[in-house]
Amino acid sequence: MSSQALPGLEAHAMASRAPTDWTSDAMRHRIARRYAAERRFKFMGLLAILISAGFLAFLLVTMAANGLRGFTRTEIALPIDFQRAAIFIDPQALKMGNPDQVLAGANLPAAIDKAAQDAFGPEGARLISASAVRSVRNAIVADPTILTRKVTIEVPASEGIDVAAKGKGSEADEANVARLRQAGVLSSGFNLPFLTASDGTDPTVVGIWGALKGSLLTMGITLLLSFPIGVFAALYLEEYAPRNRWTDLIEVSINNLAAVPSIIFGLLGLAIFLNMMNLPRSAPLVGGLTLALMTMPVIVIAGRNAIKAVPPSIRDAALGIGASPVQVVFHHVLPLALPGILTGTIIGMARALGETAPLLMIGMRAFVASPPGGITDPATVLPVQIFLWSDEVGRGFVEKTSAAIIILLLFLLTMNSIAIYLRNKFEKKW
Amino acid sequence: MTDHTVKAFDDDINALRALIAEMGGLTEDSIDKAMAALSTGDVALADKVVAQDARIDELDANIERLVVQTLALRAPLADDLREIVAVLKISGLVERMADYAKNIAKRVETISAPTRVEPLSLLPSMARIAREMVKDALDAFAARDSKLALQVIERDRAVDDFYNSIFRTMVTFMMENPKMISESAHILFIAKNLERIGDHATNIAEMVHYVATGTKPPEREKATLIETGLEN
Amino acid sequence: MVTSPMADMRNSDPKMTARHVNVFYGEKQAIQDVSIDVELDEVTAFIGPSGCGKSTFLRTLNRMNDTVPSARVEGRITLDGEDIYASGMDVVQLRARVGMVFLKPNPFPKSIYENIAYGPRIHGLASGKAELDQIVEKSLRRAGLWDEVKDRLHDSGTALSGGQQQRLCIGRAIAVEPEVILMDEPCSALDPIATAKIEELILDLRGNYAIVIVTHNMQQAARVSQRTAFFHLGRLVEQGPTTEIFTNPREERTKDYITGRYG
Repeated sequence: MSSQALPGLEAHAMASRAPTDWTSDAMRHRIARRYAAERRFKFMGLLAILISAGFLAFLLVTMAANGLRGFTRTEIALPIDFQRAAIFIDPQALKMGNPDQVLAGANLPAAIDKAAQDAFGPEGARLISASAVRSVRNAIVADPTILTRKVTIEVPASEGIDVAAKGKGSEADEANVARLRQAGVLSSGFNLPFLTASDGTDPTVVGIWGALKGSLLTMGITLLLSFPIGVFAALYLEEYAPRNRWTDLIEVSINNLAAVPSIIFGLLGLAIFLNMMNLPRSAPLVGGLTLALMTMPVIVIAGRNAIKAVPPSIRDAALGIGASPVQVVFHHVLPLALPGILTGTIIGMARALGETAPLLMIGMRAFVASPPGGITDPATVLPVQIFLWSDEVGRGFVEKTSAAIIILLLFLLTMNSIAIYLRNKFEKKW
Repeated sequence: MTDHTVKAFDDDINALRALIAEMGGLTEDSIDKAMAALSTGDVALADKVVAQDARIDELDANIERLVVQTLALRAPLADDLREIVAVLKISGLVERMADYAKNIAKRVETISAPTRVEPLSLLPSMARIAREMVKDALDAFAARDSKLALQVIERDRAVDDFYNSIFRTMVTFMMENPKMISESAHILFIAKNLERIGDHATNIAEMVHYVATGTKPPEREKATLIETGLEN
Repeated sequence: MVTSPMADMRNSDPKMTARHVNVFYGEKQAIQDVSIDVELDEVTAFIGPSGCGKSTFLRTLNRMNDTVPSARVEGRITLDGEDIYASGMDVVQLRARVGMVFLKPNPFPKSIYENIAYGPRIHGLASGKAELDQIVEKSLRRAGLWDEVKDRLHDSGTALSGGQQQRLCIGRAIAVEPEVILMDEPCSALDPIATAKIEELILDLRGNYAIVIVTHNMQQAARVSQRTAFFHLGRLVEQGPTTEIFTNPREERTKDYITGRYG
């Protein structure tokens, strides 16, 4: 007994099974099959990614190929002799008064057409765009002294020439393009007006700015309405609402709302905002309201999940030192839930940005030639603009549609980047 | 009483109890042998008692080691704790009782057989009571029987009375037989040893009561020891 | 329930009392007829097997059960004589007076300074930044953490080790100057050294607060507390001075539990 360790510590009865043989054939076969399964799974995953990436690459390449040309336009150097042209403009009057008013009476279009005919032959007027007036007007306003002499102004070419210069025009136009090129008057430049002008009938001079501004205003309204309402609704439902049949009903309703087809929201907007409340048709206000209805459920769902994910230990800790429920929510829960809420907002806003159907229902399909001044002016948005242009007959609109799609994608990318930046900024490690 | 969830704990306690039982058995045997050697003058028997004491000391050392181990590893509480502490104390008490038995055995040689001192005959009766007290105290410990323990404590009175009687007798004898003073002195010491054995058995019984109930037994009326005039 | 023989030695009323408390979660009864006193200047330990209701009962003392919708508390629990479940009682103030430290350390995901300063700030306990700084330093010193963090007060509270985090939580609780501190197994998630530091802290704090600690570890209860209460299946089986409970408990169930004969 003297040298014995504590009794009871002796080993339990040894197991009566033999140790596993890891080198037998059956075992080896099993192991090999296991590794093969792992490899197959990895391969399939990689394949899935490659296919998805392939589709994405295809979209981007196609859009880029088609759309990049939309950012350029063909210009013709037009010589105009203002002294000889039948234009009577008083330089003094130009400086004093409204240039457009003064120039309106000067019959510029006729003078330009004549100059074109003089320069390029009887078909000359057809070669230049109807909006050449704009270029000449800008030149005059910039430097009224040119009215006293002969100058060469770069004017945009007509749609036919523009399309022909990019390789897809009719035979006659192709011939003209060759001729102009030989004469050295044809050039390609960056199509700035595409970004600054609004919709129009002539594809060479249409711009995306009107739609862009409309989108910005509409998105702004959507965000301003859906974010606070969505976040507060999520907070209430998670923190304060009692768990009973009514709140269950609300939860189910919100989940369903998020899945409702967007065109139904358009009908809703039509019925309530336009018919009942008589708000101005096709205004960003109405568009924003309609899209807010659509985006809010997404934010509520994402918000609720983000709030649910805040560990109860943080709440307990805050309650434990005597914070009131409101303080717990705003000092602790919301900051921690913010990344998740912002993610939901990104998803909701991205969806809203690309929505066409509901906005068509509330009338944002009209032809709007100037950018909206405020939220109650008629406007259109980027996806609708793309839709309208894609419907157009003129060949020049093809590239403009693709270019607009590129702009839309860039807008989306910018929006997402801002949101991701914000989300990362608020992300706290706990 | 249900077993401990950790079975090894029960094993530890049982091991300690077994050691105490073994030690107690050997000590009782030592007392018996010592008294037998005394009455027959058997020196060889007396030597066996002395040898047995070594074994008892070894058991005491084992118990102490095992108690320390159990305290460290099991951190016992409540009645387990009281029991472990009691085991430690009882072990010491039993070891001392064995020492007294050895002491008695050692004196056998010096009391020569022909000299039959009359008071010698009182000693076996005293020894019997003392030995029964030891047995009952250890039985009470094994059974955690506080009633039996209380009975043991009562009997100490009888042992003390025996001692007083022997003391008086021996003093008278020594006065009448000055030549036998040496032997008489030994007899007195033997009586003292037996009386101490009784006391230690009483202490063991008190520990048993403490283990069983958590309190020391009520104050008892103690005999006055004649030699000191004070309470025992 | 048997009152402690020491009760009549006190000349002041208990800091908190509970009388005939029943707690229900929906239909299920978690706590049955529990009555106990919590004294100032004393550490009271609640021990018992898992699921016996000791944490539930602890949470009734600062109304943390209010956060569970199905919880219902009956009986009378008072703080300085006032019923804390009365309709006029301000729960926010109650929780500032009765602080809580939880099982897993749960510092706010803010800086160390902010963790401590949050409570005093929302309760308006400091009149300016200088005073707030003082409160933060005092609380961290009391919690035994000041020397370790004084150079990095603006580091995140979650970057500390487990033991430091728990001490931070204790510092956070005492920053609002509570009168009672409730601790729910504060050392369960910590290593022995951190545990020892916290136990030492509890013994230090004892002089200023009434402390109630729930623990699974009986040695810990024996080390830090003066009174111990044993809970079993929602009932308070026995309570009394710690030394008595651990050397000579009166109830068979208590004895079985603490000697490891339970189950």
